[in-house]
Amino acid sequence: MISIIIIVLGIIMILAAFLAIRLKNLLSAIISAGVISLLASVIYLLLAAPDVAMTEAAIGSGLTTIIFIFTLKKIRKGDLDD
Amino acid sequence: MIKRIFILLALLGLVLMFLPFLKDFDFHQELGDLSSQYVEGSINDLNSQNVVTSVIVTYRGLDTLGEVTVLFLATAGVGFLLRKKKTSLRSRRSSELLQTGSQFLFVLIILTGVYIFTHGHLTPGGGFQGGVLITTAFLLLILADINLKFNHSILLFVESFSGVFYVIIGLFGILLIGMNSFLDPAILPLGNFGKLLSAGAIPLIYSIIGLKVGSELTTIIDKMGGE
Repeated sequence: MISIIIIVLGIIMILAAFLAIRLKNLLSAIISAGVISLLASVIYLLLAAPDVAMTEAAIGSGLTTIIFIFTLKKIRKGDLDD
Repeated sequence: MIKRIFILLALLGLVLMFLPFLKDFDFHQELGDLSSQYVEGSINDLNSQNVVTSVIVTYRGLDTLGEVTVLFLATAGVGFLLRKKKTSLRSRRSSELLQTGSQFLFVLIILTGVYIFTHGHLTPGGGFQGGVLITTAFLLLILADINLKFNHSILLFVESFSGVFYVIIGLFGILLIGMNSFLDPAILPLGNFGKLLSAGAIPLIYSIIGLKVGSELTTIIDKMGGE
């Protein structure tokens, strides 16, 4: 049962990674890159590694996504100034 | 065309590299020598319920010190590269409801972060996770656009104080126990198994790591987005 869930989550992760490369809208690409980390943390939880799952959920899908979004905001502001 | 062929060759090389791991993979039914040493030592010698914590803080304590140092250098780099420019803020003010709600949630998130890093030796999680959670609370305030000036001298003080204190605790191990026990948690009494004040200096060290990570990441977030 758990292995089926893990395989489904892995397939969704690969799809999200593909979307993160292919999407033209950068904000959507950042969010789908965050989805990869979130699903990875669910997989860690299912594999009985709650410590790693917490780190992945907090840093991978939380902080990294936010830092990317802040950077995107800064880049766009620079574009407007030129 | 040649580019495509090289990409395919690189992928094939990766598959060949990882194939042995897949072929020789089998589920271990019992712990290996090193792992059973860690598990038994964590329960018998250190009185720590969470084996991961005792590995991170004690058995691989020097690595954790290095990790914290890397984080400090990253923060210093961000602070050096992203010096703040005076920009006029003309974004739309967020609503009263959002501001009040995030101020309410701020306290709860800080409390959860402190719980996670003080209970690092009992429940999953620890200094790094708790510190990131504290940063998330400050991030919520930045996103809700509450007119907030971070007091940088306090952030700087917490960060440098916890860094110095971490090394001092490590040196106490050398002073009190012996030459080979840098960062040994046995400098404090080990207490009863499963209680909050147990496992020697592990809760103290993890609280310090939590404060350090929290203040460093808050500085990064403030430098990147708080303008």
